Amino acid sequence: MTHAQMGSTMGSTALWLMLLLGAYHGINPAMGWLFAVALGMQERKGSAVARALVPIALGHALAIGIVVLAAAFLGMALPLKAIRYPVAAILVGLGIFSLVRHYHPRWVRMRVGFRDLTLWSFLMASAHGAGLMVVPVLLGSSTVEAAEQMAGHHHMAATTPLAALLATAVHTTGYLVVTGVVAWVVYNKFGLAILRKAWLNLNLIWAVALVVTGLVTLAM
Amino acid sequence: MPMMRPDPTFYPSPAMAMQAPPERLAYVALLNVGKNGEHDAMGVIDLDPSSSEYGRLVGQVDFGRGDNELHHFGWNACSACLCPQASHAHMERRYLIVPGIGSSRIYILDTKPNPKQPKIVKVIEPEEFIQKTGYTSPHTFHCGPDAVYGSALGSASGDGPGGIFLMDPNTFELKGQWEKDRGPQQLAYDFWWHLGHDTMITSEWGTPNMVKNGINPELLLAGKYGHKIHIWDLDKRTHLQEIDLGPEQQWVLELRPSHDPNKTYGFASVGVSLKDLSASIWMWYREEGANGKWAVRKVIEIPAEPADPESLPPLLKGFKAVPPVITDINLSLDDRFLYVSCWCTGEFIQYDVSDPANPKKTGSVHLGGIVRRAAHPSKPNQPLNGGPQMVEISRDGKRVYFTNSLYAPWDEQIYPDGLKSWMVKLDVDPKGGMKLDEKFFVEFDGLRAHQVRLDGGDASSDSYCYSEA
Repeated sequence: MTHAQMGSTMGSTALWLMLLLGAYHGINPAMGWLFAVALGMQERKGSAVARALVPIALGHALAIGIVVLAAAFLGMALPLKAIRYPVAAILVGLGIFSLVRHYHPRWVRMRVGFRDLTLWSFLMASAHGAGLMVVPVLLGSSTVEAAEQMAGHHHMAATTPLAALLATAVHTTGYLVVTGVVAWVVYNKFGLAILRKAWLNLNLIWAVALVVTGLVTLAM
Repeated sequence: MPMMRPDPTFYPSPAMAMQAPPERLAYVALLNVGKNGEHDAMGVIDLDPSSSEYGRLVGQVDFGRGDNELHHFGWNACSACLCPQASHAHMERRYLIVPGIGSSRIYILDTKPNPKQPKIVKVIEPEEFIQKTGYTSPHTFHCGPDAVYGSALGSASGDGPGGIFLMDPNTFELKGQWEKDRGPQQLAYDFWWHLGHDTMITSEWGTPNMVKNGINPELLLAGKYGHKIHIWDLDKRTHLQEIDLGPEQQWVLELRPSHDPNKTYGFASVGVSLKDLSASIWMWYREEGANGKWAVRKVIEIPAEPADPESLPPLLKGFKAVPPVITDINLSLDDRFLYVSCWCTGEFIQYDVSDPANPKKTGSVHLGGIVRRAAHPSKPNQPLNGGPQMVEISRDGKRVYFTNSLYAPWDEQIYPDGLKSWMVKLDVDPKGGMKLDEKFFVEFDGLRAHQVRLDGGDASSDSYCYSEA
């Protein structure tokens, strides 16, 4: 893919947003780094922290990738409007639901292998609507494109599968860098005492973020 | 209201929890005995040494009924909420979940806004409990990483199997039986876990029908009460292994796994051996090697004490001895000191279990007891009955509290003169040893004190997922 082609499906603003959303997902202890730190403490090895990050990032990437790919394929078949409203409705609904009740998938196991950890990360990200949260960025980016190409009367794809994959890769990079840095710093420098003070209720902020992105999607 | 930061009483590791501030209040289950119109209650004791009400009952919640036989209550949330795999750090340690093994009723108490006067906010009636779990006689609650777990002594008919059930920590809705495959397990009593190893341990007492009319000597002498511990996959909810301590080892009651989630051992108490009336503590541990099997070994044995039959209750006269009968044990958060209640001899013992396979006796205190009737230093001329029973340790390990009532139908057999209930406190020497606090002697008028919980958590209320050892 040439740079020009890439640009025709995703603007650099959208890519930056993807990276930032990835970073935001990475900060949430419930979404990855805390499990990596716990596994490090279980094995008393910093390398165990690093080893855990690979399946955790993979699971997160899968959760994002599946949703944005689905949105991309839907976008090829349906007009932008037809996707926008349901996505907005789901986002707002999920946000309000998480405000009322902090839901997460049942997961008890702490002795986990590569596959378990990938599945765990996938489930946690999916349940928190991580993939859904990035869809509006893709939709937004193609809305801008559409506006710029007003001349064309043909139906614009909301976004392409290739752009969806690029978005996933960028998002996961942001996620992995932040999750990895936080895990490393907590494991090696601060220790877990920091959890007691610094673990803000991200779920609350997260829920609000879901509602806001839902509303922005509506307004696009 | 969701909290913005984790509840300050949650700690990632047991080592951090030991730095917690001292407790200010104790919640004590107070049970009524007999149909006398009196009601069960939750008592609140002031533990602040600087308070003018130190060592006094400063609050009491009336349960409106007197048939519950309140036992091992627990919190809706604890340090396990910080576990990484399903964290919900912004829960609040606020509600006490109080089971009645006599009634199969469960009470939910709100300790806010006034911690000294909690309020009953929900009652689960026996019909609902039986319908949703298939069990009767709920006994112990522990807050887990994903739910509140409870144990129950029996099935709807009052026979076996007893087992584990789940409760939603937000709504207090019962979520049904926990087991997917219980294997050979029938009897139930206590349970706890090694969260870092996805392992649950359960113990055996007897079914409601075996215990509710008092100790049945025929069942006891035939070795029919519980004598096994069971190992489970905590995640898959399946039975993995049954470990038989031998049919002569009757009443395998309290389970105290190491608090450090990396360690793989714990202690189980045995009430009485039919061979010589001794009581014992067994260590369970995971065997070296890849098969992951668990094993046990007896690490403490406390012999019976010879006694004049005249001073013994009818049940024991023929034996001419007092069996110690271990009814409760508790392990300090640093996994260093194990406290053992010998309810019949009236001895309370501290062991250093830094080397868990070789405990060393480091302290002993006598209070009550069938023969000894040892007095409290604050009232040296007042003989006491009952004996050391439900024991709780402060998070920092510096203070220990215990009460003297076991279980109403059994209290009557062992202390037929009518058990008079009290609660005491000990100060612990960090190097080992302990001493009764002369300023702390709570006497309860009529009601009997059982389980003690300390505000903010204690040594048997919380589980941890992070090891710093």
